Amino acid sequence: MTALRLPRRQFLAVAAGTALLAPVPAFATETEVASLIKQLVGGSPLRQGRVKLDIPLLVENGNAVPIAIAVDGPDKVASLHVFAERNPLPHVVTVTFGPRAGPCRVATRMRLATSQTVIAVASMADGSFWSDSLDLIVTLAACVE
Amino acid sequence: MPRVLINVPKQAKKGEAIDIKVLISHPMESGQRHDDSGQVIPRKIINKFVCAWNGEEVMSAELFPAIAANPFLSFTAIATESGTISMTWVDDDGAVQTELVPIMVT
Repeated sequence: MTALRLPRRQFLAVAAGTALLAPVPAFATETEVASLIKQLVGGSPLRQGRVKLDIPLLVENGNAVPIAIAVDGPDKVASLHVFAERNPLPHVVTVTFGPRAGPCRVATRMRLATSQTVIAVASMADGSFWSDSLDLIVTLAACVE
Repeated sequence: MPRVLINVPKQAKKGEAIDIKVLISHPMESGQRHDDSGQVIPRKIINKFVCAWNGEEVMSAELFPAIAANPFLSFTAIATESGTISMTWVDDDGAVQTELVPIMVT
């Protein structure tokens, strides 16, 4: 106990400091997602197009939102990444394609915590990156509480 | 073991692209929710999914807590030869489940 004893003034300062640090942000931010994408893309340019995101623009139930992603063209897609900007954990899914993969058409169901932008990034086998994004309105949010 | 629904055509023409659909019964507990006493309910999700055709990879997916409960995945594969399509997934608790589906390629 003695080892932990602090003068009252210092103790108050430490307590106030931890109180300031304590609240964890409930949602990710656009900049966090931008840095995740930056990590993924590296120095290459991220271009709009070729990727087609398909999600209902008005989401009635954020607990299970159908999402379909397709990439046009004959070029092979190496991997596909989906991010939701304002979810507590923005990364949704990463799909990597093997030698037996067919045309790039992927569908799944995701959770959305609030109205936000969803971004899909395709990493092509030739090293280029393409993306698409959609702004969605969520009427019933997925439960995070 | 989670129940699972897999939808793969019984046969396909050589070179044709087929659709593969999987629905796994799993709560996908996100680790973001709290119980009545305010304790965080620990995360328990399927975090990895791999599909292979006669051992050669079709796709693999890394799943995060933002995937809805009872995860559904749909993707395509090129029919090359008859054999077995395998699907394997890994739970946060380390459990691994594999399902095999035979396919005939003509």
